[in-house]
Amino acid sequence: MSRLAITPRNRFSIMDFGPYLLLASLEGLVTAAILALTALGLSLVFGVMRVVNVAHGEFFMLGAMLTWAFTSLFLGYPVLGFALAMIGSPLIVGIIALVAERLVLRRLHYDPEATIVATIGMLYIIQQLALSFYGPEARAVIAPVTFRIQFPWFGYAGYKLLVVGISIFLLLATWFVITHTRVGLMMRATQYDRETAQAFSIPVDRVYAGVFAAGAMLAAIAAVLIVPIQQAHYLMGLDPLLLSFIVVIIGGLGSLKGTMLAALFIGMSDGMISVFFSPTLAKILATLLVALVLVYRPQGLFGEVSR
Amino acid sequence: MIGRTESTRVVGLHGAILTALFLLQFILPAYHHGMLTRIMVLATYAIGYNILFGYTGLLSLGHAMFFAAGLYGAGLTVYHLAWPVLLGFVSGVLSGFILAVMIGFLALRTVGVAFMIVTMMFAQAFYLLTLYYADYTRGDEGFVLTQNMRRLALGEWTFNLADPIIRYNAALLLLSICLIACLLLVHSSRGRVLVAIRENEERATMLGYNTFANKLMAMLMSGMMCAAAGAAYGLLFGYVGSTFASIHYSISPLLWVLLGGAATTLGPLLGTLCMFYLVDISSGYTSAYLLFVGLILVLLIVCFPKGILGTIRERRLTWLP
Amino acid sequence: MAAVTPLLSTHGVSRYFGGLVAVDHVNFEVLPREIRALIGPNGAGKTTLVNLICGRLAPSSGTVYFEGEEITHHPAHIRVGKGIAYTFQITSIFGNLSCADNVALAAQRALTRATGRHKPRNYRRTTLSASITEALDRVGLADRAQLQAASLSYGHQRLLEVAMGLALQPKLLILDEPTQGLSDGEIEHFCNLVKTVATEATILLIEHNMPVVMALANRITVLHHGAILAEGTPEEIRANTAVQKAYLGANGGEEGRVDY
Repeated sequence: MSRLAITPRNRFSIMDFGPYLLLASLEGLVTAAILALTALGLSLVFGVMRVVNVAHGEFFMLGAMLTWAFTSLFLGYPVLGFALAMIGSPLIVGIIALVAERLVLRRLHYDPEATIVATIGMLYIIQQLALSFYGPEARAVIAPVTFRIQFPWFGYAGYKLLVVGISIFLLLATWFVITHTRVGLMMRATQYDRETAQAFSIPVDRVYAGVFAAGAMLAAIAAVLIVPIQQAHYLMGLDPLLLSFIVVIIGGLGSLKGTMLAALFIGMSDGMISVFFSPTLAKILATLLVALVLVYRPQGLFGEVSR
Repeated sequence: MIGRTESTRVVGLHGAILTALFLLQFILPAYHHGMLTRIMVLATYAIGYNILFGYTGLLSLGHAMFFAAGLYGAGLTVYHLAWPVLLGFVSGVLSGFILAVMIGFLALRTVGVAFMIVTMMFAQAFYLLTLYYADYTRGDEGFVLTQNMRRLALGEWTFNLADPIIRYNAALLLLSICLIACLLLVHSSRGRVLVAIRENEERATMLGYNTFANKLMAMLMSGMMCAAAGAAYGLLFGYVGSTFASIHYSISPLLWVLLGGAATTLGPLLGTLCMFYLVDISSGYTSAYLLFVGLILVLLIVCFPKGILGTIRERRLTWLP
Repeated sequence: MAAVTPLLSTHGVSRYFGGLVAVDHVNFEVLPREIRALIGPNGAGKTTLVNLICGRLAPSSGTVYFEGEEITHHPAHIRVGKGIAYTFQITSIFGNLSCADNVALAAQRALTRATGRHKPRNYRRTTLSASITEALDRVGLADRAQLQAASLSYGHQRLLEVAMGLALQPKLLILDEPTQGLSDGEIEHFCNLVKTVATEATILLIEHNMPVVMALANRITVLHHGAILAEGTPEEIRANTAVQKAYLGANGGEEGRVDY
């Protein structure tokens, strides 16, 4: 996520603090929005399938790379390219996820430990393929809209606010699908009790495949949104992966509400701490917090104790 | 339960391999000589990992922190405090022990996936700490231990650890000690208890075993061995840097052990050897050699979860430890 | 009653799961060398009570004593070390290991307790071997010692569990529904086995199979809704109307029907 590059710290006075805070908050909001989408994907997969997908960050990275590919096809028409990317990127990533699920995860019978090892392998494969095809340089993408909102103290990229808006919309849409549609009901039934769901002739295998693909697509679409702000790079998947982990574990594996709140909290505080203190320190604190939560309160803040 | 003839076969096999490694140094060309030295030190790391993963059934994704604890424990004391080599090595192993105690009391409260994530998080925090205190550790860039610092003084003799021959034999000595220690553990009643915990922890408890104490012991042994490997790596090759604490170095021993065969004494050595040469050969062709690492990892876990020696043991040579 | 110190006693022991009272202020005693049966309808709290005794669960209130010593807060593995052995209701063995290795794990624990660590290696090895063979012999699995435990039939796996319990050389052996899933012949063999074991150890038996209970038990305790409904000899229990209503009678059991 982009950091402030304006006023050096030793120059700010009381008068500067307010605007600084506002800027940090806005940045934090953008981080939280993207993080919420990404973490939601990871949370769904864990909630329904009870497996951890370590390659989740690579789906994110793929989404970003594909966005660059789409937009570079339509260099003169950023809006068109971007719109295509918003549809095409998640679609392609979803298909790749389906293939991976069928070829690998299913054959492991979703054994949790084996799946983690297998997805680590997938991480290497996807990452290195991206390196081979797209090279090691960072790729920039122009934002589809370039208007700026003028605050009294600074100008702010309107696109970033658009990102927040779209994220909120997508989050609400996902929430709606999960809680108010038949597909969502099947997902929740499978999450709650796999065997009983099967007894009620819910096609558990297909639900699993669908959920895995959906998780990957959420990560991909989050990446599509972030790429104009942050460039696409073959190593960019690691940070979102770790942050999503942190969010999902603290919020409670499988709990939608917990994931949202944790994403907000982590996104905002990561932004703040990184602005006012060292980003490394922020990460150290975050990782230690996750470890301790897992040790002492494994269900996170809102999750249920696993059955 | 091991009988007399099996015992002799096992000892014979291990003795033969260690002897072969000793003799190889006289015929290997310089490049492979150096490679094998590196492989032997890292195989020790893998053996330490195998004690916790293969025999006790605890999959840690954060073992790089133990390796790095040894590396920095030795490196920092030798570099900043001008400690002699032997003392530096001991402080490296001790660092691993202390870290293993701390991590053990926290992480062993969890099992399965939670354990994997907890260890990964602690290791990540450790890695970030080495970056944060870059004033001492020089972070990613790392620091170099000069030849002068790496002179091992034993009584009247001084060994220059930068010398390839000394290095090779030091690595071989380390590997031998750890391999034999592992073998002794596996054949002891303690080793059987660890396997019992791996197979059915609840049953082990109801047979009267304090599973927490046993798991902690396994973690301490594993941590110390991995730290010894890290300390040796720093002292023998003269470079200490943050990359050795990164998640890649946590995944590597898992990969080596899976490839060679988890829960076999010689599997880690075989796996490290194979993987090293695979990477060596494939990086000659492409910079994306990690692709092969990924493919092998997936192939192993889906089709050959027992690894090379594990599958051999299952199909034919049931006496392999 | 004779003033014999009970081997095991519970005083006001209770266990709650949220709002559910699984065990309700139970005062329960087992005397040395007896075969005690614990019966009751499903959900009566038998397994919960036994879990409180062997340490797999901690009581919500009350105390547990074993050989005069309070063990209420002792973890399970310490209680096993003191002489309480438990065979699982759902068979829990080391499937990937051989039968001999399964029993070895139990036997080596008992050996360590009995002889300490200071005996020479050969002594321990031969004594261990002997214990394993003896335990497997008694249950009739001696010829299957090298087979992988998971490959045994269900009935034989239950026998292996008993062998492991025996190899611990316990003072109190708790058998949780041991005959479930066994054929008639296997049940008969099992009853004979229990009778011989009872000469060396005290047995607490949870069972649903009434003929087995009547044949083996010296005394029977009936549990209902987490509390003791009745206690006594098999004849007394058979004649007890409250028990009949709650358990025997409700099942239409031919065994204890008294017409009045």
